[in-house]
Amino acid sequence: MQPASPSGRQQKSAPPLVRTQEDAPRQRTGTVLDVRDLSVEYVTEGGSVLAVDQVNFSLDSGEFVAVVGESGCGKSTMLFAVAQLLAPPARVTSGSVMFRGRNLVGLTDKSLIAIRWKDLSVVMQSAMNALNPVKSIGAQFKDAMRAHGVRSNAEIGDRSAEVLKMVGIDPVHLKSYPHQLSGGMRQRSMIAMALLFTPELVIMDEPTSALDVVAQRSLMVQIKELQEQFGFAVIFVTHDMSLVSHFSDRLMVMYAGQVAEVGATRQLFDSPRHPYTEGLMEAFPSIRGPKVPLTGIGGSPPNLAKRVGGCWFAPRCAKVLDRCATERPPLYQVEGTQVRCFRHDGNVA
Amino acid sequence: MTEPLLRTEGLTKHFRIGNALSRRTLHAVDDVSLTIGEREIVALAGESGSGKSTIARLLARVYRPTSGEVFFEGKKLSSIRSRPDRLRYSGLAPMVFQDPFASINPVFRVSHGIMRGLKLHRKDLTSKEMYQEACRVFDIVGLTPAADVLERYPHELSGGQRQRVGFAQALAMRPKLILADEPVSMLDVSIRIGLLNLMAALRDSENVSILFITHDLASARYIADRLIVMYAGQIAETGPIEEVLAAPRHPYTQLLLSAAPDPRAPLSVNAETDRGEPPKVIDPVPGCRFRWRCPVAVEACHSLTPQLKPIADGHEAACHVAQSGAEVKAF
Repeated sequence: MQPASPSGRQQKSAPPLVRTQEDAPRQRTGTVLDVRDLSVEYVTEGGSVLAVDQVNFSLDSGEFVAVVGESGCGKSTMLFAVAQLLAPPARVTSGSVMFRGRNLVGLTDKSLIAIRWKDLSVVMQSAMNALNPVKSIGAQFKDAMRAHGVRSNAEIGDRSAEVLKMVGIDPVHLKSYPHQLSGGMRQRSMIAMALLFTPELVIMDEPTSALDVVAQRSLMVQIKELQEQFGFAVIFVTHDMSLVSHFSDRLMVMYAGQVAEVGATRQLFDSPRHPYTEGLMEAFPSIRGPKVPLTGIGGSPPNLAKRVGGCWFAPRCAKVLDRCATERPPLYQVEGTQVRCFRHDGNVA
Repeated sequence: MTEPLLRTEGLTKHFRIGNALSRRTLHAVDDVSLTIGEREIVALAGESGSGKSTIARLLARVYRPTSGEVFFEGKKLSSIRSRPDRLRYSGLAPMVFQDPFASINPVFRVSHGIMRGLKLHRKDLTSKEMYQEACRVFDIVGLTPAADVLERYPHELSGGQRQRVGFAQALAMRPKLILADEPVSMLDVSIRIGLLNLMAALRDSENVSILFITHDLASARYIADRLIVMYAGQIAETGPIEEVLAAPRHPYTQLLLSAAPDPRAPLSVNAETDRGEPPKVIDPVPGCRFRWRCPVAVEACHSLTPQLKPIADGHEAACHVAQSGAEVKAF
């Protein structure tokens, strides 16, 4: 973005370049993101591995969608594909990622740079590694804002302090280096940085997994509050289903690069339809109520390099049917949710 | 009273920080007295920085205590001098680490680590017996077929399998007490339950006690018999785990409990969400260390450090308000 007036002269009267809630010029309704038939392959010497297999979903403005699954189920790869952050050997082999009507797949780096931070930002898993250890928090905020054409130091300082306050950190910490902050504060300042331009979509890749329960909980509450205040949409990737149970609107369960089940969060928790979702629900012990022995899900996630004929989950499934070994289940529509399981085929009782 | 397997008396660890101009002391662990019985799983819970890992390292003799003493089977740890005694103790009380990706040497096969431990700690065995022992413990922890897994490299194993290797290495020493420092927190939720079940099974089949360090009260409750809640280097509350979790008396335990995600329960947003952080205890002044975050703090909390006192049978809390008999409902 270019400054609205020739630089230098009219700094006082120039309109602020950084949007706040009041002067947000864009529509905050409708579909923000529409992912169609997205597939990602890792091309290796031993052949290619289909890490994301024909994923479809869309995201409305202000919606909170959680993506859950075990390590290696393709959830982070899918996220990186959406944000166009994939590096070789991974590449998008088919499908589109429509962000406000523009297909992000195949955009040049230059056009992507203009979108990143501004319209879409990403919060990475490990804040310690995502933040630059030799630069202060404030300097890193400045970098991001300069890259988008904000020149005035006063404006950068004001906005940086503002976003830091929004996440509950004292602005004096703009001068702090990442190592001087606790894990929770580092992750909060990453979120503050993601909100510098009040983007429409914030993508979060397990932002809480390095934190302990108290910090985790307060961060989740914070994210939800900010989301309600500013109306950005969130894609939240996690392996811990219980974490998002009270925060997400929709839940997408991934297994072996495919959507196993997707639907309203409460509905999935109350009546999981895919055996894998059921297994995930049984995997965490309860803090209240009777103590019941749990088994979790036996076996381990499949090796995606070895394609199988039937359902990916069949080897670990407690409710396997004969046809699961040979046929691939499609996504079935069942009362508002989509389930990839033959048990929900109309022919099977 | 019979002597427990392990007992600490006033265990304290201070670290000197700062330079010559500003010499300060970080109180990582202050005056901690705890016991671990035979075949008992004791959960040690608290936030990052509460001193739980320091306690594990003190018990494993990685650190020397600033003051206080650890008694293992009635003998003082500080009296261990000779190398054979040291080795014997580290075999009896091995550690299992948090990060299964960093705790196994990636350039050797999995068998390397376990055989090395056996060579150091079980010198009476022939190499054939050592191999058999390695296979036996791999079978116990569910790494089957053992002979096959032993020949693999760490990168060929999943996180859960690597953490099982960690437990196998500990088991091969024929331990009495496993010091497990957040053994499941790096693992996927779906894998965790398998490890928790394994720990419970080891207690029953191998007669080991486990110090289970965690910040997740739900997994603590799943396997532990007793709970010790730490805050800022001190014990805040301790007792039989079911009782402590059913009726937590210390406001901090209540905070931890309210923060545990539980999809089966409604979200308790009515409780004012805590935004505080555990303090770094540097040159502390008297007073309760939780008072800054505590919604029910009274005057005494600012001047008197609360001592751990019995509140119910076997249930102790270090809180002035709880000790006065008042009902504490902080979070």
